[in-house]
Amino acid sequence: MILDSRIPEGPLAEKWEKHKFDVKLVNPANKRKYDIIVVGTGLAGASAAASFGELGYNVKAFCFQDTPRRAHSIAAQGGINAAKNYQNDGDSVFRLFYDTVKGGDYRAREANVYRLAQVSVDIIDQCVAQGVPFAREYGGLLANRSFGGAQVSRTFYARGQTGQQLLLGAYSALNRQIAYGKVKMYPRTEMLDLVLVDGKARGIVVRNLITGKIESHSAHAVVLATGGYGNVFFLSTNAMGSNATAAWRAHKKGALFANPCFTQIHPTCIPVSGEYQSKLTLMSESLRNDGRVWVPKTVETAQRLRNGEITVNDIAEQDRDYYLERKYPAFGNLVPRDVASRNAKLVCDEGRGVGASGLAVYLDFADAIKRDSQPAIAAKYGNLFEMYAKITDENPYERPMRIYPAVHYTMGGLWVDYNLMTNVPGLYAAGEANFSDHGANRLGASALMQGLADGYFVLPYTIGDYLAKTLYDKVPVDHPAFIEAEQAVISKNNQLLSINGTRTVDDFHKALGLIMWEYCGMARNAEGLQFAKQEIRKLRDEFWRDVKVVGVNEELNITLEKANRVADFLELGELMVEDALNRNESCGGHFREEYQTPENEALRDDENYTYVAAWEFTGVGNEPVLHKEELKFENVKLTQRSYK
Amino acid sequence: MAGSNPNAKPMDITLKVWRQKDRNAIGQMVTYPLKGISPDMSFLEMLDVLNEDLLLKGEDPVAFDHDCREGICGMCSLFINGRPHGPERGTTTCQLHMRHFKDGDTITIEPWRAAAFPVHKDLVVDRSAFDRIQQAGGYVSVNTGGVPDANAIPIPKSIADKAFDAATCIGCGACVAACKNASAMLFVSAKVSQLAMLPQGKTERKTRVENMVAQMDIEGFGACTNTGACAAECPVGISLENINMLRSEFVYAKATSENV
Ligand SMILES: Cc1cc2nc3c(=O)[nH]c(=O)nc-3n(C[C@H](O)[C@H](O)[C@H](O)COP(=O)(O)OP(=O)(O)OC[C@H]3O[C@@H](n4cnc5c(N)ncnc54)[C@H](O)[C@@H]3O)c2cc1C
Ligand code: SF4
Ligand code: FES
Repeated sequence: MILDSRIPEGPLAEKWEKHKFDVKLVNPANKRKYDIIVVGTGLAGASAAASFGELGYNVKAFCFQDTPRRAHSIAAQGGINAAKNYQNDGDSVFRLFYDTVKGGDYRAREANVYRLAQVSVDIIDQCVAQGVPFAREYGGLLANRSFGGAQVSRTFYARGQTGQQLLLGAYSALNRQIAYGKVKMYPRTEMLDLVLVDGKARGIVVRNLITGKIESHSAHAVVLATGGYGNVFFLSTNAMGSNATAAWRAHKKGALFANPCFTQIHPTCIPVSGEYQSKLTLMSESLRNDGRVWVPKTVETAQRLRNGEITVNDIAEQDRDYYLERKYPAFGNLVPRDVASRNAKLVCDEGRGVGASGLAVYLDFADAIKRDSQPAIAAKYGNLFEMYAKITDENPYERPMRIYPAVHYTMGGLWVDYNLMTNVPGLYAAGEANFSDHGANRLGASALMQGLADGYFVLPYTIGDYLAKTLYDKVPVDHPAFIEAEQAVISKNNQLLSINGTRTVDDFHKALGLIMWEYCGMARNAEGLQFAKQEIRKLRDEFWRDVKVVGVNEELNITLEKANRVADFLELGELMVEDALNRNESCGGHFREEYQTPENEALRDDENYTYVAAWEFTGVGNEPVLHKEELKFENVKLTQRSYK
Repeated sequence: MAGSNPNAKPMDITLKVWRQKDRNAIGQMVTYPLKGISPDMSFLEMLDVLNEDLLLKGEDPVAFDHDCREGICGMCSLFINGRPHGPERGTTTCQLHMRHFKDGDTITIEPWRAAAFPVHKDLVVDRSAFDRIQQAGGYVSVNTGGVPDANAIPIPKSIADKAFDAATCIGCGACVAACKNASAMLFVSAKVSQLAMLPQGKTERKTRVENMVAQMDIEGFGACTNTGACAAECPVGISLENINMLRSEFVYAKATSENV
């Protein structure tokens, strides 16, 4: 198989314009003859489905929540980037492009990232036109902030609820098309398989989560906008229901999975408080603009603190180690996420962590409060402080917050070409579900941008190109390919229901999460990864022998839902480990302990690993086949990232 | 691993939970004793513990809606001790922690009760009526592309902030569950006000309010009698001012309507 990224010829800045002109168009009168399935109605899926509907296609959209408005996108706090340069501080499309490629540690495709930066400006216009209430200045114009260490203020935001407001905008556009009858919405419906006819994606098999009914839907193209797979780790900042099932089952039907080991671990989350912990809560990155990160200078002080012999306020200034400021004087507390996370792990591994578990560092606002006053800090972060207090029962105005890294985002995903089409003709992937734009590390406020770019401004053009070359003929859902896929889904469900073992689905999920966190988390090494691979295989075997799923298929069955998702995580986890083993370098979120500079920074190997690792499925437990897409950098120079 | 408050003692509690097999079944309260609950657990983590126990006994776990567990998606929806989202003001069920209960407490958990929100199973209700109300007009009619520059129309910060306040509704339905008439006025008014305040939404303000209110009535929500119970229980503090605004929008629309 030869991976063709279909990057258009020509200078970087002209590729997209040229491509838009070159793509085939579907005549307006013919659009209604095509059916498109959109699985997932978060930012990427809702924006795509609405835009397809507006263009005149027949759209069926699916989500597993009770309404599209609750997709995981709703939880994004910080903001969305766009190269508007409203602040006149030197931002430009090229700078956003450059920052994104560099931030991704040179493992993303130049052409895709440039297009992303180009359309970013249109996203803001679109959202404002929909009535999205972005933050504004007193003069009535839009406000911006610098986010995640960016040197320019290009982040648009809506208090701490940017994702919510953007999603409600996309949801409203979707609702309008539902009302017009152009989009048919199927909430509480989960895709469980992809159906191929003559090698092309022609439909999906779904389960109605209320009645358990297994059903098929046929179309001319299928878009997966089903989000990321961070919940492989069990504990993450993702919503409880976020899962990899749609993408994984498409992978098993032939779609390549790219860079699965690239996961982002966010440095500022509320630490784990007990065994019962079900998810982790992110504290927005913006806190690092004013908070100072530190731990005690010595292990001994840290121990006394953990034992309760002293409290945090007993630790004198000279006994505190503001380690990020010390090691990275230029960026200080604003170093990129991967650097901040890894350093938190380092100091905790040294025994200098705080909190009862020792798995936390301080994020201290005392100086900011002294400098700007408590009301000023409250005005900026009030809702975050409140959330922290609610969860931990501690007052962050009086004592520093405790934070620890947590799994947050997955850069890997289904491999797609420039058109966002996977290697399976007619199957597209958008938003966090694809691997496209963030390389080995995503910058803050860029996921929302990418999701909406894909859905509003890329797919509506590129899918037309494919459809224009496709016949109108419809495949009936009693076609043997559909029947076969339905049977497979039914028998898998029956198998899960019949094992009647002794361990719960959550129990297996937690066990998998621990393996992944320990061996394929913030720091990895070959030995650990080899071990993890064996452990995951054992766990998977045990799952299929000993899992306990009660009830029947024909009902709302929360355990069966979870069991299907965890079954897939148990396979995907192994591929992540495989990918991490293959990549003998450190880059972005992937830190291999064997490959580091003398100062413990990530050491890339550009000579041998400047490629996208796209994996082909060859059967559960079989070795997957690696396909490489070489990355060419013609417009940026590869440098070692340095935040010193 | 100890929690943030190492002195917090585990508690024993008794749950009385609404169990209902499906939409057509007759439900009932079932009692479950639960031991060793950490005060640092969230309310939903406490239910996770119950469900793990039930599963291991081969019993059907309690179905409840939840997703983000961060108070933003609006999916969680439990009626706890007679109050939507439980005893804490301004808090969704998922953000409620067990430290607000005492050792020995009995806690009742029911689904939202409203004719327009039929029960799917146990504590899971059907809130699709809310979507249909939004589909009736909760949008600005713009297509993708071809819109003016985002800064072409300045919006005074005070208005943008007020619109934002209305826009924060998470669509949970607690307002309906709190209301003795099961009225959806607070929910509907939040969207109507948000869009009526913003210049982008002004063009369609008349048809929007008429169509959304009409759909609200079709869905079988009750009439609003101004008790204010909705705003008192709303986890994100949607204000009653929005209901006033909806009323004046509605009167204005009817008085000047072209669809007579
Ligand atoms: C706490 C938090 C804060 C964040 N903050 C920011 C931020 O400030 N800025 C930023 O840019 N990014 C942020 N991110 C990242 C960003 O929110 C996500 O990457 C992005 O919203 C993903 O959007 P999506 O449309 O791809 O997927 P999602 O929003 O996850 O939507 C997935 C959709 O797929 C559906 N689905 C999934 N599987 C199936 C299936 N099998 N069948 C049917 N439907 C299915 C779901 O129902 C849902 O509708 C944050 C992430 C988290 C966790
Ligand atoms: S108005 Fe408040 S209570 Fe009602 S749905 Fe919105 S957020 Fe929930
Ligand atoms: S689970 Fe999302 S608001 Fe409670």
